Amino acid sequence: MNGAADLPLPLAVLIAAALLCGAGFTLVGAIGTVRLRTFYQRVHAPTLGASFGTFLILLSSILYFSFSRGHLVVHELLIAIFLTLTTPISLMLIVRAALSRDRLEGSDEVPQLLPARAPDPADPAPDRAPKEG
Amino acid sequence: MSAVVLGAAILAAQLMLALAMALYMSRMLRGPRAQDRVIALDAFYVTAMLLLITLGMRTGSTHYFEAAVIIALLGFASSVALGKFLMRGEVIE
Repeated sequence: MNGAADLPLPLAVLIAAALLCGAGFTLVGAIGTVRLRTFYQRVHAPTLGASFGTFLILLSSILYFSFSRGHLVVHELLIAIFLTLTTPISLMLIVRAALSRDRLEGSDEVPQLLPARAPDPADPAPDRAPKEG
Repeated sequence: MSAVVLGAAILAAQLMLALAMALYMSRMLRGPRAQDRVIALDAFYVTAMLLLITLGMRTGSTHYFEAAVIIALLGFASSVALGKFLMRGEVIE
């Protein structure tokens, strides 16, 4: 803990609160991953740790290093930007893969794809009409 | 005083993150299907990265930050590869 002793107390309390809130968010996400019932419910829980948990912990790290070193240290922003970009991409890939696996097995949990509907001139519903071109 | 506050907070945060990693590990071992394990592994990577950042705050060095960046990069690559594998049965076709 070099440099922690000369931080002012309100700043230390702020850093500690951000750190504890971030770790708490991550822990709640982990508990949700264990306790929720179906896969499509469980997908949502870890994103709590990937968004708010990560942001609060990175914020407290930025504050701590900036004030204990005496100059601005923002390289934690790199992780924040990278994680914000990549988490939705990987989750979309995994969930679409899980959806196609469930559909292949004919599972009851997911809606099946509708069969392709031939254009019917007797029922010109505008929202189902095939696009020209 | 502020060193005591920060030390206690970092210790508590590390314990909570370690507990979160243990919960993700239990989900990874229990399954029940492959996609559950992949989601748990993805979140496990993120939590390990956060644990490394708190370790860097405890020791006051920024070397752990580089390890955290590498873990985030490798976690994304492995999640994409595993998602591709779940979808098609092969990673590189």
